[in-house]
Amino acid sequence: MIKLEKRPEPSRHWAYATPLLAVLATMIAGGILFAALGKDPFVAIRTIFWDPLFNDQFAAFSRPQLLVKAGPLILIAIGLSLGFRAGIWNIGAEGQYIVGALCGAGVALAFYPLEEWYVFPLMVLGGALGGWAWAMIPGILRTQFNTNEILVSLLLVYVAEQLMASMALGLMRNPDGGGFPGSRNLGDYPAAYNAEIIAGTGMHWGVVAAFIAVIFAYILLNRHIMGFNIRLTGQAPRAARFSGVKPNRLILFCLGTSGALAGLAGLFEVAGPAGQITIDFNVGYGFTAIIVAFLGRLHPAGILLAGLLMALTYIGGELAQFMLGLPAAAIQAFQGMLLFFLLAGDVLTNYRIRIGRAEVA
Amino acid sequence: MNFKPLVAGAALALGLATSATAQDDPLKVGFVYVGPVGDYGWSYEHNEGRLAVEEAFGDSVETTFVESVPEGADAERVMTQMALSGHDLIFTTSFGYMDATVAVAEKFPDVKFEHATGYKRADNVSTYSARFYEGRAVIGHIAGKMTESNVVGYIASFPIPEVVRGINSAYLHAKKVNPDVEFRVVWVYTWFDPAKEADAAQALIDQGADILMQHTDSTAPMTIAEEKGILAFGQASDMINFGPNSQLTSIIDNWAPYYVARTQAVMDGTWESTDTWDGIEPGMVAFAAMSDKIPADVRAEAEQMIEDIKSGAYHPFTGPINKQDGSAWLGDGETADDGTLAGMNFYIEGLTGEIPN
Amino acid sequence: MDLSSIDPILLIAALMVAATPILLAALGELVVEKAGVLNLGVEGMMITGAICGFAVAVETGNPALGFVGGAAGGAALSLIFGILTQFLLSNQVATGLALTLFGLGISALIGQSYIGVKPPATTDLSFPILSDIPVVGPILFQHDAMVYVSLGLVIAVWYLLKYTRVGLVLRAVGENHDAAHALGYKVVRIRLAAIAFGGACAGLGGSYLSLVRVPQWTEGMTAGAGWIALAIVVFASWKAGRVLLGAYLFGGITVLQLNLQAAGMKIPVEYLSMSPYLITILVLVIMSADKSRAALNAPASLGRAFHASS
Repeated sequence: MIKLEKRPEPSRHWAYATPLLAVLATMIAGGILFAALGKDPFVAIRTIFWDPLFNDQFAAFSRPQLLVKAGPLILIAIGLSLGFRAGIWNIGAEGQYIVGALCGAGVALAFYPLEEWYVFPLMVLGGALGGWAWAMIPGILRTQFNTNEILVSLLLVYVAEQLMASMALGLMRNPDGGGFPGSRNLGDYPAAYNAEIIAGTGMHWGVVAAFIAVIFAYILLNRHIMGFNIRLTGQAPRAARFSGVKPNRLILFCLGTSGALAGLAGLFEVAGPAGQITIDFNVGYGFTAIIVAFLGRLHPAGILLAGLLMALTYIGGELAQFMLGLPAAAIQAFQGMLLFFLLAGDVLTNYRIRIGRAEVA
Repeated sequence: MNFKPLVAGAALALGLATSATAQDDPLKVGFVYVGPVGDYGWSYEHNEGRLAVEEAFGDSVETTFVESVPEGADAERVMTQMALSGHDLIFTTSFGYMDATVAVAEKFPDVKFEHATGYKRADNVSTYSARFYEGRAVIGHIAGKMTESNVVGYIASFPIPEVVRGINSAYLHAKKVNPDVEFRVVWVYTWFDPAKEADAAQALIDQGADILMQHTDSTAPMTIAEEKGILAFGQASDMINFGPNSQLTSIIDNWAPYYVARTQAVMDGTWESTDTWDGIEPGMVAFAAMSDKIPADVRAEAEQMIEDIKSGAYHPFTGPINKQDGSAWLGDGETADDGTLAGMNFYIEGLTGEIPN
Repeated sequence: MDLSSIDPILLIAALMVAATPILLAALGELVVEKAGVLNLGVEGMMITGAICGFAVAVETGNPALGFVGGAAGGAALSLIFGILTQFLLSNQVATGLALTLFGLGISALIGQSYIGVKPPATTDLSFPILSDIPVVGPILFQHDAMVYVSLGLVIAVWYLLKYTRVGLVLRAVGENHDAAHALGYKVVRIRLAAIAFGGACAGLGGSYLSLVRVPQWTEGMTAGAGWIALAIVVFASWKAGRVLLGAYLFGGITVLQLNLQAAGMKIPVEYLSMSPYLITILVLVIMSADKSRAALNAPASLGRAFHASS
């Protein structure tokens, strides 16, 4: 009889060991999947986990790309983690990401072709405000009308997608683009371009913002009364109310912050790596970030690592596709498995496994 | 569940890979797809082109692909990694890859790039696209002759020049043979959402359309047409499986000849940056077999039109044609120039409704 | 514009068909959430059901068996979620999202050899005299069997939750799992059963898409329907009857906006395309604004892990 016994304190030892165990387990299960598809499992695993970091031919390029891919994931996940800790469910970061990008790009396009130092800061402001405002819709509906924020934030993703399509085809369409959809490329507009701060490192302002967000979230959660209130509300909502936490303020703060960060992520992406607003500019960072937030146990440092790990599987997965001919679907299934194992591993951190006779309850 | 073909296919791929390494130095050709190769539409047809390249050159080429690559930063990274890993020729098969293709090409002057449906070129970047409007002229003609309700339903994706051009071309030729014909256009704002396309088809049929045309990727509209017993034209692939009684013909994207020719050019060292906009003549736009439902005379007219377009005797956009607001666009006998066609964002006279923007 | 060309009877008949996949998936998720489990993997289970149902129907040539296969496929996938969240106590939100990722991948792998294949046809049921009744006939008596199954399921779930002992136990587990455990109910076992039921329903919804609505198999063909199903459950504030309302409302507006476009309505298309989402939000706001019966129907233990400490 196997029995789980809750540990009084989560085991630090296992907290570090389980992610490694999970990766190992994924390699074995994934290896079996790849072998079933007729590929050499060892080569496949090496291509996904090793080559992006250490391959002679392209690691010098792939390593910085990890930051580019992980940056938005981390930035969004940090914002989401605040709300998730307090039991406030913003599932619509994807929509806030889109609207942030639209507002930021809108600012840039309005100023085009003005070359002034203040264009970029204003875009950053626009991006943050756009994401914030989009998240305030579920926030205000929740606090004023008691409308469930999961539903509103999720459905607003689809509204944002339609809005973006209509922008790419209408208002923001590149007037020099010969009638094709999509905005001007901000890469050709130096004052608005979110270039790498040091060339070849992948460090653009979005990645810097992600790192700053990690640090701020850590301080907020550990040193600030708001962080205390968030944690208290999540663990003991009644106690929080008695200690004077105003639920509505907390809801607006958490949704607003996560919206602003998602908006920023969108802005940095559209002004840098993506370059332009197109019909399908968004690629699902807002949804993937939810997974990243939980993989990182809602802890800022954990989110940082989880974001990098997700980015690694994306980049390694692309390599595996064109180097080994693995279908994208196999990579998706593999990522799913990795997440399953990582999530299941938690049990070892929080519980002790006892094998023996069932105790009499 | 049938895993056998899957494993067999994979083994085949492996066999190819090993034999390719045994060969001295095969030409490495990469493909970047925007959708999954299993979409049975746009990306599927590009992948058919890739398979044709493998077929044509055997061991002297090695082809690779990455599917479902989002436009923007991800596409740029995939292309860069392909270039870094020794690809000689890279096909980027979505309009949204344009800026990324040009940016990567700049960093790898020795790698040749081919970008589908775009307009930005460089010394090592060619563009290519298909004149699908030629095909749509033919199906417009057939539709105009065959509709009994005089209502033709058109399922459109996004209001971009490619799609608007198709609507104009089909309408123009339907109207020519049937002055009473009316086009009902539904914009679904997606390239691929089978359920929504099915709903759109249903809506059009409920409103009296007896012939459907689509500019979206799934076969859903064709199956709905079959189910409801009306006629339809396929898109991208031959959809006869899904509409054995409904499909009159289908406009097929046939990239294979172009891909083979360009690969050959790289092998021969004759590759140059070009702008290709091919139509029916070189076979980039092809037709599925014409249905027996098409009366013999209509069929003969359609085939004549195909021949005339092939020979250059006929241009689908030949004046007099007015714009929707009644202003003149093309004078008598005047043909549209490629620039206007490429950026076409207006309806021609007679079409109702507005192009969303 | 020619609004008279929109026939309301055909419209209602069309919306019933369009809403059936989301209705089925949402009903399943309703039961799961009533048991206190939040499974965000509906999209993954739907698409797995879509391919499993498709594959079984093609291999056996029998669409009815296909639906059974689809339900089984969805249920099998949901059990991965069940084992992870119920035995290994993993986080439900994250596990559900991972399930969607996994489901999208595995379905595409299974489906590789089914692209471009036509499934055996599912015929509409015929009710000889009834279907000829004006108005009522086309709306109620000219559908395929699954439309009636989905309606029957609404009634069954409603009755089960409201009037049966099973429903009572299920709700007890969802409201307060510790109390339910103390009363001697097998919390984990009950939840696993609910999760499997939810998976089966999502699988049915998916196979309705691949076998009836579209009928074909293509990768990613559910295109977000699972997410809408999740939203419908919240919309319905966890009540079976309102799931039906929500699914038909959403399906109805989707169909209506396409019809308005076809009729040449002078409303910009982008607003029409947004309308199903916006109107769903609006209706929910109106319904939940009434504070006296505010939407506090969410099961109290929703999303919380259960571990029997004693």
